[in-house]
Amino acid sequence: MTHWTDDVFEVLVEAGVRQAAYVPDAGHTRLIQRCHAAKRITAVPLTTEEEGIALLAGAWLGGQRGVLLMQSSGVGNCINMLSLASACEFPLLMLVTMRGQWREFNPWQLPMGRNAKRILTAAGVACDTVAEPARVAAVVANAAAGAFGNADRRAVLLHQKLMARKTFGR
Amino acid sequence: MATTRSEKFPLRRRDVAKALIANRGRLLVVAGLGAPAWDMTAAGDDDLNFPLWGAMGGAAMIGLGLALAQPRRRVLVVTGDGEMLMGLGAFATIAVQRPSNLAIVVFDNEHYGETGMQLTHTAHDVDLEGIARAAGIRGASTVRDRAGLAKALSVILKKPGPVFYDIKVRAENLEFVLPPKDGTVLKDRFRKALLGRNAAR
Repeated sequence: MTHWTDDVFEVLVEAGVRQAAYVPDAGHTRLIQRCHAAKRITAVPLTTEEEGIALLAGAWLGGQRGVLLMQSSGVGNCINMLSLASACEFPLLMLVTMRGQWREFNPWQLPMGRNAKRILTAAGVACDTVAEPARVAAVVANAAAGAFGNADRRAVLLHQKLMARKTFGR
Repeated sequence: MATTRSEKFPLRRRDVAKALIANRGRLLVVAGLGAPAWDMTAAGDDDLNFPLWGAMGGAAMIGLGLALAQPRRRVLVVTGDGEMLMGLGAFATIAVQRPSNLAIVVFDNEHYGETGMQLTHTAHDVDLEGIARAAGIRGASTVRDRAGLAKALSVILKKPGPVFYDIKVRAENLEFVLPPKDGTVLKDRFRKALLGRNAAR
């Protein structure tokens, strides 16, 4: 059985994604590696998530599709830049690995973990949450089709249950 | 308000804007919010200009995404010192990608022009050229006068990049020359002009 991140990678390739912007998260490790290794995808490490919103707007102006990979703590960093995506109706596909949701070890992750969905929703990004490995690819494919087909802002929130638990050695 | 040094800078922003696109050819332009967007519009609105009415701190990154998507076209980002200061991480991100077709120019008047001419950090000698160079954008440079601008133009428009120029311009409030403000219009006209039939996809 393939790991769900390999399924997601195939979905992104199938959707025609050519730029993959990211601020790393442990849950995205394998997907980031695959994006770096892919000839047709330019992987763009960012210093902060809002750079990715702007990058992908430029990519679309130039005729390319992209994806933004990040963790829930980065959602707040995106808010004002999301007005660029909304005001111009740029397609936007965000894959957000969730923290602060399920057996969280670090209480500092709780504020954004609890609020990522409503913050994104308030900023004009429609969210789908997925918690079952077998459903991830279909949910991402649906969000990609919505984003690029309808020039819409879409995020898939990847539930913390999908990721290995981080315990800082304790 | 007390006189500040940038009120005496010799270069005028609208002249620099005109010089940058005098022979624009196939140039793609992203203009940062505020005065740089009005300057580039005054110099000549064009379907292949993408002027920003917001997204502060994002101009250089929009330029990067565009430059990566269109490696055979020169991409020019023109923005302000305040806008660039809000997105300094972009220098680092751009340096990692090394897009040879991307040039970033800051019209540095050392003030926030749209909000009451408050001083920006560059008025206190924060050095955008130095920040860009330290981030890894080799050949980052500062222009202060006509002779410097004349030399810089061919680098900005032709030299393999990424290129960064901080152009010190006079602090002055000029007539508003506004581009369309409907973001979907700006996006659609740009894509249609650049991509033709493929814009629909």
